[in-house]
Amino acid sequence: MTSPNAPHSLLVIVPALNEEGAIGGVVRDIHQHVPGVPVVVIDDCSSDSTIARAREAGADVLPVPHHLGVGGCVQAGYKLAWELGYQYVIRVDGDGQHDARDIPRIFETLKSTGCEMVIGSRFAEDNGSRTGTVRSLGIRFFRFVLRPVLGKPVHDPTSGFVGVNRRALEVFRQSFPLEYPEIEALVVLQRRRFRFEEVPCRMHPRTTGRSSITALKSLYYVVHVLLGVFVNVLKFDRRFHRGQRGRGAGG
Amino acid sequence: MDRLLNVVTGVSVILLVMILISVRRAHIRVEYSVTWLLAAAAMLILSLAHPLLEGFRNLLGLPDSPLTLFLPAGGAVLIMLFRFSVIISHLRDDNIALAQRVAILEYHLQHLRDHENQEA
Repeated sequence: MTSPNAPHSLLVIVPALNEEGAIGGVVRDIHQHVPGVPVVVIDDCSSDSTIARAREAGADVLPVPHHLGVGGCVQAGYKLAWELGYQYVIRVDGDGQHDARDIPRIFETLKSTGCEMVIGSRFAEDNGSRTGTVRSLGIRFFRFVLRPVLGKPVHDPTSGFVGVNRRALEVFRQSFPLEYPEIEALVVLQRRRFRFEEVPCRMHPRTTGRSSITALKSLYYVVHVLLGVFVNVLKFDRRFHRGQRGRGAGG
Repeated sequence: MDRLLNVVTGVSVILLVMILISVRRAHIRVEYSVTWLLAAAAMLILSLAHPLLEGFRNLLGLPDSPLTLFLPAGGAVLIMLFRFSVIISHLRDDNIALAQRVAILEYHLQHLRDHENQEA
């Protein structure tokens, strides 16, 4: 196992809720493609045998005492990684949609570019990944909304296949969106003028369990995320203008 | 109108007594009782002091006195709901942070146990 305090130490975190059918395979795939890298499954109070399956497959488990949602679980993983001294963290979903073969690519991009976040993107290249019509429309909509906010295009803003370095960890352990965190997390980083990159990744269709975003929740999702983006942009503008005034007064 | 004012006076007194008893028995914290007390006191005063109620009605340009009477009560309810939303948000944040801390401590504890078992 890699020591947490090694210069390029990596931790893979896997948030999971009732994923007993997929979690064992996810953990084994990660161990196969990034051997020696510790895997922590953050169990969001599953009612099935997710914890047992994860431990059998060789993962450590961070069991949260009650349901926190994906954002709360991911933040718990970031806090743990920060405390243990890891330099990089890659999040992989517990439902088997992310391909562990892409983890080394995300890790290499994190190390070589020095940017704070690397997103595994379905659409950075045409790699045959397909998504549902509603989700596809949502992704297009958020691409359009985020383009001026982030100052550069993002192809797959809803991807949960994300790697971060220790600078981003320091931010996210203190402030991380708790519901539907992927898009808001990008804006949180942008507020601090951090950089992100996208690398093309394969995504598999979900084989077991259910998505947390159902058709009925889609509208709530859009409103919630838009509000989160708007609030974060306001916070950024206030800080930015305060900084400008400070520089103006000083100069 | 008089009957309505008497009912409001009675309800205000009951509300005041209930709040004070709840505070005394620590069922409600003092800081959360203030808005309730102010709303109940305002309704009590307005229902007892007719000239004051009329003065308010004229000041606000309202068509009738009952509306003037329930306006402070409605405003107080809105303020309280907002306060509750703020409090719930804080409590939820604290709760999530605590749950994360418990999970991390449990993780460390499990590792210590595993380490001890390996040594034994």
